Amino acid sequence: MDMSGPIQHFKVIVYQDIHLGMLDISISNSVVFIWIAVALVIISLRLMTLRPELIPRTGQLMAEILYGFVARQTRLNIHNEGEKFIPLMFTLFTFILACNLVGLIPGAFTPTSQLAVTGTLAVGIFLFATGLRFYRHGLGFFRAFVPAGIPKILLPLMIPIELISYLARPVTLALRLFANMTAGHMALGVLAVLGLAAPWFIQWLPLGFTIVQIALEIIIAFIQAYIFVVLSCVYIDDALVDH
Amino acid sequence: MDAAAMVPIGMGLAAAGMAGAALGIGMIFSKMIEAVARQPEAEPTLAKYAWIGFALVETIALYALVIAFIIMGQG
Repeated sequence: MDMSGPIQHFKVIVYQDIHLGMLDISISNSVVFIWIAVALVIISLRLMTLRPELIPRTGQLMAEILYGFVARQTRLNIHNEGEKFIPLMFTLFTFILACNLVGLIPGAFTPTSQLAVTGTLAVGIFLFATGLRFYRHGLGFFRAFVPAGIPKILLPLMIPIELISYLARPVTLALRLFANMTAGHMALGVLAVLGLAAPWFIQWLPLGFTIVQIALEIIIAFIQAYIFVVLSCVYIDDALVDH
Repeated sequence: MDAAAMVPIGMGLAAAGMAGAALGIGMIFSKMIEAVARQPEAEPTLAKYAWIGFALVETIALYALVIAFIIMGQG
């Protein structure tokens, strides 16, 4: 019985230390579980669409629903050029979803419970959106920080606020996913430890709650992947439109 | 009082941030129930927005957890 507390299973264990100059590409349990998640996505989507039929069966239907869902959200949130970003958003959605779900297997490690993983994703999206905005608008980039239709006297106040809210985007994007995954697993751990430490006649209560908690965690895994993708779409859309 | 003793107190105070999120989640679902009672056929659409709102508000509570972690790192 592992009673080492609810934080223990977030520990990154390095299996193979690899350094390329300054670059640290060590293989840890986080990396291994990212590989597992990616393999899960690729293999399951391949298997589902192995023999495409005109009237889809269960597997193909699931893949089509997943794709249709992400494609609809992308078209809805990136107004004029949504088609171009569907592959990116589908990859992002399935990757985050698989990373979230793979951690729910008992004994598994959740890659998205590491700030490094979510931070890399969020900063990647942020840099992409910023680059896209520079590419589209050139120096008109900075016009986005000047909100239209406000008195000139308020500008010294508004521009720093807009700038800070723009720079806070990757931070909140990364923290949201990281904190949700960490807290969910922690609550699960606390409930399990509580259940195992309780006397036998009351054990059913906390252990029963772990089942409810896992159900909530599955919902949260979907919602967080969805929110990450929708917010990425909003940021990219923000970069594309004229201000 | 030494610094080590203040760490758990600070972490406990950070947990007070959950009060706001509790208020928010309560508000979301009370309005949701109200809306469904008025217009039962709109439930699928409303449920979608309610769950998204729930996740966003829950995240605010989890920022308190992040702050608790930062305090824990100070100790």
